[in-house]
Amino acid sequence: MVSATTAAAVDRVRKRIETEGILAIRGIRKEFPGVLALDDVQLKIRPGTVHALMGENGAGKSTLMKIIAGIYQPDAGEILLRGEPVTLKSPLDALEQGISMIHQELALMSWMTVAENIWIRREPKNAFGLIDHGRMARQTQELFDRLNIRLDPLAQVSELTVAQKQMVEIAKAVSHNSDVLIMDEPTSAITETEVEHLFTIIRDLRARGVGIVYITHKMNELFEIADEFTVFRDGRYVGTHNAADVNRDDIIRMMVGREITDMFPKVDCPIGDVVLEVQNLTIPGVFHDVSFQLRQGEILGLAGLVGSKRSNVAEAIFGVAPASSGEILIDGLPVQITSPKVAMQHGMAFLTEDRKETGCFLMLDCLENIQTALITRSHVRAGFIDQKTVTRLAEEMAAKLRVKTPNLAEKVENLSGGNQQKLLIARWLLTKPRILILDEPTRGIDVGAKSEIHRLITGLAAEGVAILMISSELPEVLGMSDRIMVMHEGHVSGFLDRSEADQVKIMDLAAR
Amino acid sequence: MTTATTQPAKPPRRLPQEANILMVLIGISVVFEILGWITQGQSFLGNPQRLSIMILQVSVIGIIAIGVTQVIILGGIDLSSGSVVGATAMISMSLAQAGSFDRAIYPGLTDLPVIVPVIVGLLVGLLAGMVNGALIAYTKIPPFIATLGMMVAARGFAKWYTKGQPISFPTDSFAALGKGMTPVFIFLLVAAVFHVALKYTRYGKYTYAIGANPQAARVSGINVEQHIVKIYAVAGLLSALAGIVVTARGLTAQAGMGVMYELDAIAMAVIGGVSLSGGRGTILGTMIGMVIFGVIISGFTFLRLDAYYQEMIKGAIIVAAVVADVHRQKKRVKKA
Repeated sequence: MVSATTAAAVDRVRKRIETEGILAIRGIRKEFPGVLALDDVQLKIRPGTVHALMGENGAGKSTLMKIIAGIYQPDAGEILLRGEPVTLKSPLDALEQGISMIHQELALMSWMTVAENIWIRREPKNAFGLIDHGRMARQTQELFDRLNIRLDPLAQVSELTVAQKQMVEIAKAVSHNSDVLIMDEPTSAITETEVEHLFTIIRDLRARGVGIVYITHKMNELFEIADEFTVFRDGRYVGTHNAADVNRDDIIRMMVGREITDMFPKVDCPIGDVVLEVQNLTIPGVFHDVSFQLRQGEILGLAGLVGSKRSNVAEAIFGVAPASSGEILIDGLPVQITSPKVAMQHGMAFLTEDRKETGCFLMLDCLENIQTALITRSHVRAGFIDQKTVTRLAEEMAAKLRVKTPNLAEKVENLSGGNQQKLLIARWLLTKPRILILDEPTRGIDVGAKSEIHRLITGLAAEGVAILMISSELPEVLGMSDRIMVMHEGHVSGFLDRSEADQVKIMDLAAR
Repeated sequence: MTTATTQPAKPPRRLPQEANILMVLIGISVVFEILGWITQGQSFLGNPQRLSIMILQVSVIGIIAIGVTQVIILGGIDLSSGSVVGATAMISMSLAQAGSFDRAIYPGLTDLPVIVPVIVGLLVGLLAGMVNGALIAYTKIPPFIATLGMMVAARGFAKWYTKGQPISFPTDSFAALGKGMTPVFIFLLVAAVFHVALKYTRYGKYTYAIGANPQAARVSGINVEQHIVKIYAVAGLLSALAGIVVTARGLTAQAGMGVMYELDAIAMAVIGGVSLSGGRGTILGTMIGMVIFGVIISGFTFLRLDAYYQEMIKGAIIVAAVVADVHRQKKRVKKA
């Protein structure tokens, strides 16, 4: 029997869910060292709806999802679950309170079976308190039947295809019977028929009243499955609309609405001969038939969303992960670039995307960081480094780039992101490159350092260096580039000239 | 931190990390000195003979520690040092036997010039190190596993070589390598060479760079794989040198020589501030670590502490040194 007070309480909760949604986010702020990832953002998920979260790279979508899944803690703001304020201390805590997440990176244990993966921590036990494998397999089969997934519960996960693993992840998330289900780019690794299957599952869950947050870059998916959508831009909330009320262009405009300021001082300079030519560069399954030309003094911008494999192309050209087919020509002559060392011999330099992971030697000092590339090629006699000359060159370059540090003996980990980046640029400029590949040259650094780096890049182009610049910031690409190449899922989707390019055209090519 | 970037005028005067370790050494020595007067009624430090024995004891393992230091800076580990000592001791001694001994291993190869057993022994160590390095660099198996395999295999080789029989009666010139303070001089020479190499040559810069960030090193044009092989080869070479010295000093070679040397050498490096996560450490630090190690062992003996306690305390000290290192790492991560 339900007492009057209990009934009243249930009623109150129902009312609150009606007004607040199943999940409501208010005023969330999250700061990482040097970067404000989220600033006063909001989001409201109503039960029984699919809510798409849209935004460019770095808009803050994934950060917010990680907060909702209990992986990060917000610096400010509140989260309301079923109308009640909650704190989500850990992923387990979020899960127990009814929030499941399907991660972008697959997080399955390869050497365990499908069933073991799904029921981990919740394994059915027999009378002796030991795991009942038979019942676990039956439960898995029931779950798969309900979701119409055809997979052997006892198969080992390592033997599954990426798409099958994705289905296991989805089944696992569904098995928690959560009220809120977060899907971060669930279709990035699966084929079209599997996407249809996924959508059937999503519609079924929606009918059961689950609130689904769906992160995607793909416009057509948005219109097929989403009821509502919210757009973020640069860590801020832009707006929420019904999917039925808007079209593709409206959404792109909401996503890219940033103004282009005069922060990007690309000056016109004479553009010379073709220095680097890439023909049909391919790594099967990663990128295909990438071809372009890069001229002396030219800045070629390379735009594309996450998953467009821009960085992989750069790594292939520089020999970090060489391509399996296609040709690279320097000054019109075909070359075999098998390692970064060979690339450097051809006058190339490569500023990598992730300063901390593949750029800096954080625990070493500034001098060591600057001189690394130079001493692989020159200023060494019989193994001994001509330290006097190298130090002088490094000091001159650091001064020219205005690296702010008391002296070059300072450890790099004590420098700001912008100064670390300048240090890495100094490392490469000491090798006097003719071809400079820059992968996200200004990511995560403050505005002042940013415009200094832009001035520097322009200066290099004026000196005749050929520059390939990958950037996720459209204003940067538009402001700096002579030409823009856009990639979409491993293919070049088009080139735009400086005169014709704008944010909407780039997004149109990037988002398909 | 931020203070460093906002006050460009005043370069911070930072004591080198070795200064901290030196303080630890002084502290430990003072403790033993005080305990000495209290319990034994005599000075610990004021006994030149005790100190020279102590230095002599740690020098042989110190030679290994110079190689191990470089392996750890590179971000690796070498567990095979002790077994390589055993293998080279056997081989060198078998080629260093005096003609006056009638049961030589190779009766036709007695009274060889000292250079022969030394060169052959060093080559064996070099080979073992190169195998370690090549396995780690090209098959990408963890250094722990690769060198564990070498540890077992090299020890097996040492036992197989004479089916467990010891080898004795070296020539006088070979025995001279271990006589008196010669091992200490050899150690100092090795330490000096690699101190210079790590500080002033490309070899050293590459080692630190790979240890600090192998991916960044590779993108900077360093042939990471080749350098890994080089460093493990040097470590093997130095283990072999230690094997030659120890067998020359003992005038006999046994298959069980050098057991646990690898752990003592790692301990010396870690106590000396070489970071197990790679990228940090110096030869000077390891030298101080080596002396700390010696002072502790010699101090416990001096205090007539039971050998069993000595081992247990040694274990605790190694763990404490690593905890200190991890603590330093954590502070670094927080700053970044």
